[in-house]
Amino acid sequence: MRRPFWIFLVVITAGYLAFWFLLIAATAGFSTPQAWLETLVKPEIRYAAGLSVLTCTAAAALALLFAVPIGYLMARREFPGKTWIDAALDIPIVLPPMVVGICLLIFFQTPLGRHIEVMLPFTYTIAGVVLAQFVVAAAFAIRTMRGTFDHLSPRPEQVALTLGATDFQAFRHVALRAARRGMLAAFCISWARSLGEFGPILVFAGATRLKTEVLPTTVWLELSVGNLDSAVAVSLAMIALAILVLVLVRTTGERV
Amino acid sequence: MITLEAISWTAPGAAFQLREVSVEIPANSYAVLMGTTGCGKTTLLELICGLRQPTTGKIWLEGQDVTRWEPRRRGIGYLPQDLALFPETRVRDQIRFSLKMRGQRDGEDSVQELISELGIGHLLDRFPEALSGGEKQRVALARALAARPRVLLLDEPLSALDETTRSTAAELLRTLQERHRLTVLHVTHSAAEAFTLGQVRLRMDQGRVGPA
Repeated sequence: MRRPFWIFLVVITAGYLAFWFLLIAATAGFSTPQAWLETLVKPEIRYAAGLSVLTCTAAAALALLFAVPIGYLMARREFPGKTWIDAALDIPIVLPPMVVGICLLIFFQTPLGRHIEVMLPFTYTIAGVVLAQFVVAAAFAIRTMRGTFDHLSPRPEQVALTLGATDFQAFRHVALRAARRGMLAAFCISWARSLGEFGPILVFAGATRLKTEVLPTTVWLELSVGNLDSAVAVSLAMIALAILVLVLVRTTGERV
Repeated sequence: MITLEAISWTAPGAAFQLREVSVEIPANSYAVLMGTTGCGKTTLLELICGLRQPTTGKIWLEGQDVTRWEPRRRGIGYLPQDLALFPETRVRDQIRFSLKMRGQRDGEDSVQELISELGIGHLLDRFPEALSGGEKQRVALARALAARPRVLLLDEPLSALDETTRSTAAELLRTLQERHRLTVLHVTHSAAEAFTLGQVRLRMDQGRVGPA
């Protein structure tokens, strides 16, 4: 009686994976390796790839810088309004991407935003690309870090306090050390999320060739001029990068 | 000496309470606190450590009111039930942790003595995952004693050990208490442990502590 049930579950899983495999295989089979290579050596594509790697790394590092302390606070302390703060931290995940871009654009037109722009211009600049990627990626990093600290017992940190450590020392020498794999996972997830970010970048940083163009922008620009071969080649490069990140996360032992 | 003066504590949501607990444990004695699971023994240890704040009452250690002191200033060695060895940290770094935190450079000799006293010299390069239950306990004891505490709090230290290791570990605890002149509060639900080790025997029941 048990066997048909498990076979049914295996069929559903296999069907779902087959669907994704067919999508990627169809994309890969759309054009030739020769066409991919021709696309990937174009200066504007190489610029976009380089800028993507640079901005994703900066955004992920920045996201981790915020995610670690926020995740630790949310996992370790109880305080009034915690449920609401927890929900607020998820806002970037549930907001439509274009709305995030519009929010950023409007914020930098306010007096405070303009004041910030005098010191460091964000709108339609590379810094703006990083900020747009960071806004969404940080929410995923925070969720990952909170999950990591939730799964780590607070006991070793408490023992560290009795051994002469301050709260900060217990955090730095015990909690952070134990959370290393989670931090790597949070960085990789933020990086992958930043790589796929398109809406906020388009609205806030623009899609100027050889200036603020990143890989998702390239796909959109190439599609908009009917250059399907290039769009496919860049898409495949992004799929390869995403799979690489996924493998990296899995080998660190953390689930995405 | 550990003195608890009318200590009360209420869990969030008032699900559990400690009610005006008053206890005096003489200096350099081995006290055992018995009680059923969930009666508040661990909470009492956490209050003494400073990991929780009592709602009322005072905690005195060696004649000093430490009720509002941070855990790091209390001079307490604490072994929780799961021993809480630091993950991803080699045994040698676990034992030297308190010296590092306090910036002490003169404690190396006493650390070496502890290592040989507890027979853990061959474990120094290992991580906690590669230790047996008995080895973990000896490392946790070395880590606690390296901080030169006045008071040692043990939360069911023998419960996870097998029959043979348990009697050796009990002997070790008693020897360490005498040699380091410690005031020990050992929490257990085993009457046998209490009668083997305890010079002072206490029982906790419904949030109150009295003689066993």
